[in-house]
Amino acid sequence: MSTEAVASAPAPTKSRFHWEHLVGLLGLVLLVAGQYMGLFVAPPERMMGEVGRILYTHVPAAWLAMVAFTVAFVTAVAHLFTGRRGLDWATEAAVEVGAMLNVLLLIQGSIFARPTWGVWWTWDPRLTASAIMLLTFVGVLMLRGAVRDPDRRATWTSVATVLAYVNIPITYFSVKWWRSLHQIQSSPETVADPMVFVLRLNAFAFLFIMIWFIARRWRLAQTLARADEAPPLPAQEAT
Amino acid sequence: MIAQTIGVLAKELLIEWRDRSRVSGLFFFGLAILLMVAFASPSEGALRDQAAGTLWVGLLLASTRALDQAYAIEMEHDAMEAMVLWPVDPRAVFYGKAIANSLLLTTVAIGLVPLLFAMYDVQLRGDPLMLLGFLVLGCAGLAAPGTLYGLVTAQARGSSVLLPLLLFPLVVPCILAAAKGTGVVLEGDPMGQGDSWLALLGAFNALHWSLSGVLYGRIAEDT
Repeated sequence: MSTEAVASAPAPTKSRFHWEHLVGLLGLVLLVAGQYMGLFVAPPERMMGEVGRILYTHVPAAWLAMVAFTVAFVTAVAHLFTGRRGLDWATEAAVEVGAMLNVLLLIQGSIFARPTWGVWWTWDPRLTASAIMLLTFVGVLMLRGAVRDPDRRATWTSVATVLAYVNIPITYFSVKWWRSLHQIQSSPETVADPMVFVLRLNAFAFLFIMIWFIARRWRLAQTLARADEAPPLPAQEAT
Repeated sequence: MIAQTIGVLAKELLIEWRDRSRVSGLFFFGLAILLMVAFASPSEGALRDQAAGTLWVGLLLASTRALDQAYAIEMEHDAMEAMVLWPVDPRAVFYGKAIANSLLLTTVAIGLVPLLFAMYDVQLRGDPLMLLGFLVLGCAGLAAPGTLYGLVTAQARGSSVLLPLLLFPLVVPCILAAAKGTGVVLEGDPMGQGDSWLALLGAFNALHWSLSGVLYGRIAEDT
């Protein structure tokens, strides 16, 4: 990584207000509205009844975890081509936020599985693939923590992120062939209109909150990198 | 690039031949795992049912020891920098090392299979060539990402924890296909599932041998 690439990253501004706070605020408003509608306005799910309301957070968490990992993949590939430090920070931010959503997805899935399937955990393809996906990206974060040199850390993170991402489809198909229990994926055609609207509302809420988190984490990474590169303080004269 | 790959492969095999402690160490490591699982198994019937899975878990654990040591000689003699500066395509270094690691693991696997038959009381009812196919492709599937991550973890702090953490989730499809495929071959493949698992292993190998080869250069240049 050249000094030029680091210098090309925008300098942190002194203002405490950043554009992403507006996105986060919009996300929080949508989340409150979406959760209210999911709990009190949307009709109960035909087969699962009231339990089915967890779908309004479970499904957006699944979608947005994949979106976050896709962002990480794109920024990792872009970093390998350009070497820009800002893209490495974006990869780190997206992997962390994706892992957080993945944990949320697994916890919700487990809570959902208990009343519907009678077990906290089952070796269903989507559950298993989600758990493996989490482990794969946690490995990326652990690797990142094991390297001190920022250039080396950035390259290794990008390589590990690319490998982790391209492995997702083949992992999914392997566990799908292994055994299957998860309900068939729904589409807007198979879901009642009021439920589709609430699901979309919550999905947008999660999207905006995800963007907010990634942007905040990116700024934190930028600040930490600049602190590492700061010149030493001048030595004080002995009095 | 092929000549360069053969050159690296010859170097790796020569090192293995001069000091055969790694292959014998891996073999006995795999054997110890077969024994330990047998002690932990509730019955001989369960042992027979789990034979294929046990073989692949043993090989997976053995592979981490093999891949952890794959760069030990270069690191000990500070030769990694010279290897990177060597005017050859980095992909040749990767493919030479990965093929050597595949051969090493396949040798260990072939050595463990007769012991598995004897100790776990399993019989080969299917095609021996298909079994060989699973052993070769399964070991190759472990070796490709393992050779890439071996270079990474050889230079990182806490490499003994990092390599399994990075490698195990990545090779789940490989282990799953190899274990299920080996299992159906041992049972005689009554439902004709062997080809599907072989195809999945082939796809996994195609993906990781090509991608790891491309990415290896980026890791090596930061060495």
